[in-house]
Amino acid sequence: MKGRTRFESIKEWLIERIIWICGVSSILFVFAIFFFVFREGSAFLFRGFKPVEFFTSIEWYPTSQSHVRYGALALILGTFSVTTLAMLIAIPFGLGAAIYISEFCSARVRETVKIIIELLAAIPSVVWGFIGLTIMNSLIIRLFHAPIGLTMLNGGIILALMSVPIVVSIGEDALKAVPDSYREAAIAMGCTRWQLVYRVLLPAARNGLLAAVLLGIGRGIGETMAVLMATGHSIRIPTSLLDPVRTLTATIAAELGEAAVHSDHYQVLFIIGILLFMITFIINLTADLIVKGIRKQ
Amino acid sequence: MDLSVGLSTRDLNLWYGDFQALKNVNLNIRAGIITGLIGPSGCGKTTLLRCFNRINERYGNVTTTGEIKIFGKNIYDADVSLIELRKTVGMVFQRPNPLPISVYENIVFGLRIHSGKQNLQRSATDATVEEALTAVGLWKDLHNNLKAKATTLQLEQQQKLCIARLLPLKPRLILMDEPCSALDVEATRHIEELMLSLAGQYTILIVTHNMAQARRVSEECIFMLMGELIEHNSTVDMFISPQDRRTADYIEGRLG
Ligand SMILES: Nc1ncnc2c1ncn2[C@@H]1O[C@H](COP(=O)(O)OP(=O)(O)OP(=O)(O)O)[C@@H](O)[C@H]1O
Ligand SMILES: [Mg+2]
Repeated sequence: MKGRTRFESIKEWLIERIIWICGVSSILFVFAIFFFVFREGSAFLFRGFKPVEFFTSIEWYPTSQSHVRYGALALILGTFSVTTLAMLIAIPFGLGAAIYISEFCSARVRETVKIIIELLAAIPSVVWGFIGLTIMNSLIIRLFHAPIGLTMLNGGIILALMSVPIVVSIGEDALKAVPDSYREAAIAMGCTRWQLVYRVLLPAARNGLLAAVLLGIGRGIGETMAVLMATGHSIRIPTSLLDPVRTLTATIAAELGEAAVHSDHYQVLFIIGILLFMITFIINLTADLIVKGIRKQ
Repeated sequence: MDLSVGLSTRDLNLWYGDFQALKNVNLNIRAGIITGLIGPSGCGKTTLLRCFNRINERYGNVTTTGEIKIFGKNIYDADVSLIELRKTVGMVFQRPNPLPISVYENIVFGLRIHSGKQNLQRSATDATVEEALTAVGLWKDLHNNLKAKATTLQLEQQQKLCIARLLPLKPRLILMDEPCSALDVEATRHIEELMLSLAGQYTILIVTHNMAQARRVSEECIFMLMGELIEHNSTVDMFISPQDRRTADYIEGRLG
């Protein structure tokens, strides 16, 4: 009897340790990743890196023989424009779907739609890229008589489709978290369903919905493969939806394999990585703080 | 038609799925008085109350048969608008549930949702807010604090606000489901005084678990048991000489 208690307590202790290690390791990994990315880019960052050129010039000639230039403005704007376009599509659709799922549809429909949205989230990004490269490409060529369909529009739509599941599922959580007593109060006063949504639910779930949008944006900025395949990959400041663009992520993916290890080019790509890491980190942190803020209320 | 009848039901039955929660309820509630609704837990008081503004229909599995007339109008008629019905029939819930907006906006919420596209004049809403808050005795405490978020008020103030926000819509019937069960003794007394001050102007139906409360505030009383209406009488008569043995058992605490 006594031995067994002892054994139990050792087992208890062991399990606790293991769980602790699992928890701590995730923190460790994040720091390790940041550390290594930073280390790979740091030598150049403090030596030859020209931040002014990096942020203001569109001249990206990393492999030029005579005059190497690392102007990332077009890439930054590329990421920015594709993500913005994606969000212009994904936010109304995503929030609309979240509202429909949580407030308007029957339980049966809700379950079905949620499963489908989860499926959407599970599609690998290469497959999305593939869709962009083939179906969307020819569709855009045919509809807009464009010379090529691999454009900002293409990338934006693909990214939107990829971000919608996040916006929907977090948005729905936010709406579900609105106490039912608010709905009853409003309905008992004679609210229509729409009035309930825009007068009560949207304001009450505001923060959670904002978090949903931010996480969607974070997803868009960080996405690589699909935009690499769908955007046409030409370095310039886009002026129309039918311009090909190139994003920060796609640049890393396309060039890192060819850059000599520890060359300046290689290190600049890591600096882009640091930039992306910081942007998504800040976005996710903000979203997280917002969600935390809701819980506390 | 008898003008003194505010609310009546004929053979009202209600099922949640297969479970019958109301059985052949027939009642006539006089206009302009407070009627108490008592009975053990689970006997269907809340269910009955929620029939009168048809808010039960939020749950998908509810079936209702029979007739409910509010001031002579059958609320299940095809031409009845739920929105108008709920304007006429206000409801106060067990837990105070002001909306998470300012005190001011809580009071004018009803006007805003019922005024359609037309914009409300600021001066008109100001007057409405003062009038409604004065009626429930909150004006003195809150007139400097109208922008405060309603959910941060004390529970008693919240519940009074929940009553006050009904008034601008000029309801004729106010349903209250154990409005004091979340409040302390002092706050309960204040809400009861408020109810008595509103009686006459409004027809009030209040569910309560508290026998003493039923005696203090209601003029007539209805006793329910397992979905059936057992007895409906003046409160004095019901508590002094109940007609049904089950009513007596309940009142004397031998039941639920
Ligand atoms: N949404 C629902 N779905 C299924 N059954 C329900 C639902 N709401 C209530 N019931 C059942 O109907 C019966 C009556 O419930 P109701 O809430 O009307 O009782 P009550 O008299 O208000 O009780 P209490 O005094 O505890 O508030 C109970 O047996 C309850 O379990
Ligand atoms: Mg109840």
